[in-house]
Amino acid sequence: MLTIGHVGRRFAGGVEALRDTSLRLTEGDFVALLGPSGCGKSTLLRLIAGLDQPDDGALTWDGRPPAAGDIGYVFQDATLLPWATAEDNVFLPLRLRGQGRDDAMPQVHAVLRRVGLAGFEKSRPRQLSGGMRMRVSIARALVTRPRLLLMDEPFAALDEFTRHKLQADLLEVWRDAGCTVVFVTHSIYEAAFLARRIVLMTPRPGRIDREITSTLTQSPQTRLDPAYAALVAETTRGMESALQ
Amino acid sequence: MKWAPALFGLLALALWEAAVRIGDVPVYILPGPIAVASAFVADPVGLLQSLASTLFVTFAALLVAAVLGVAMAVGMSASRLAQAAIQPWAVALQVTPLPAIAPLIIIWVGEPFAALVVCATIIAFFPLFANTATGLASPPPELNDLFRLYGASRWRTMALLRLPAALPYFLSGLRISGGLALVGAVVAELVAGTGGFASGLAYRILEASFRLEMPRMFAALFLLALAGILLNFGLGAAGQAILRRRGLA
Ligand SMILES: Nc1ncnc2c1ncn2[C@@H]1O[C@H](COP(=O)(O)OP(=O)(O)OP(=O)(O)O)[C@@H](O)[C@H]1O
Ligand SMILES: [Mg+2]
Repeated sequence: MLTIGHVGRRFAGGVEALRDTSLRLTEGDFVALLGPSGCGKSTLLRLIAGLDQPDDGALTWDGRPPAAGDIGYVFQDATLLPWATAEDNVFLPLRLRGQGRDDAMPQVHAVLRRVGLAGFEKSRPRQLSGGMRMRVSIARALVTRPRLLLMDEPFAALDEFTRHKLQADLLEVWRDAGCTVVFVTHSIYEAAFLARRIVLMTPRPGRIDREITSTLTQSPQTRLDPAYAALVAETTRGMESALQ
Repeated sequence: MKWAPALFGLLALALWEAAVRIGDVPVYILPGPIAVASAFVADPVGLLQSLASTLFVTFAALLVAAVLGVAMAVGMSASRLAQAAIQPWAVALQVTPLPAIAPLIIIWVGEPFAALVVCATIIAFFPLFANTATGLASPPPELNDLFRLYGASRWRTMALLRLPAALPYFLSGLRISGGLALVGAVVAELVAGTGGFASGLAYRILEASFRLEMPRMFAALFLLALAGILLNFGLGAAGQAILRRRGLA
């Protein structure tokens, strides 16, 4: 789907966020980008989304490059429009593509139902809990049926119970939607639970240190599975050596 | 709790009346509230007409300041060049004392009502402009990224993101500017009044002070203070109502 070839990114002020980073994404992947704070994970995600351009290297798409709506983006904070209802927040991407409200509403309501928010269509962000706001944000990213879903530490601000619930729901959505997910996190547990591929990054300047492939069969019991514990251990060991 | 300000006001009025009577203060120095009220009752139409004239200038100036403030803030947020060009002039306008330039404006504009409106607009403009500009820049960078991701044009982003985000800022600017517009109208009336233009409450105050009609002067002052308070609360309440309807308060 996408080849990231020897990409580098330096910011004004001399910060080198990424150096010689290469990664291939294939259709249907679930990739976790795991690394310490400041290693350039968000920078890489923004490059993939086309919100920023690399200084070195290139991103090459197989086939046609993504059009508006082919990429969904979920930020660390829900970043909803505070004056808009849940349904209007989810409608936004379609609206920006020129779709009419009446025409879009069935789609909007379906995706809100998909993320477990049936009945909250008319709620404003301030009337929703942090977890529910994040669900709206995910629905907003899904409503255009993106080929690629980019998520930047979306659950970092949530409590453990809510996070587990949203992680399980995300896996279900991913399987249904059949899209590719790149999920940034600095939680080893989260990466091990969610991802098919765990990509470990070094501290700044960020480079890709190694990749661990998960063979877990994901289920509600995954967290109790010895194979999950082994994957967490392997990822921890990998992270420790990446930090050297 | 709710009635505390009113009760306090009544108490102060009673003390005032008592002090004036007991101290035998001459009415041309300090009239008691009863004398002030009688001065109002003696010519309510004249005073209220003057109040209407002052309020007309105030609201006209507020409207012009709002339109200009929003337009310039939008222009500024759309272009860096415009920002560099506009910002210093807006600040210069804000720090220039109105009484110092009011005579000039009155001479230049010629038509007295328009001159008053221009003066009041100058002083009401800045909070509306500065608040709106702050509000337009308030959405977090992530939301700007989101709009870019979906290919939204600059004007689409303005209409769907920046302008709605600026609304609460605009409304609090409007409340501040409401009071300032009244001040501007009064200052301009005072300047114009010394030049012989007879209109507005400030002119009544000036006139009464020349004639040493202290009760009438106080009556006009009270009307002015009352108008200021009502304007402030009215704009505050209207803003609150709008924000509540938008789910923001
Ligand atoms: N727009 C920018 N201008 C200048 N420096 C930047 C910019 N964006 C990021 N950086 C710098 O690049 C480095 C990598 O930032 P990035 O946000 O990609 O890290 P991260 O891995 O996402 O960290 P975290 O886990 O804390 O979110 C940091 O040192 C940051 O200060
Ligand atoms: Mg980040």
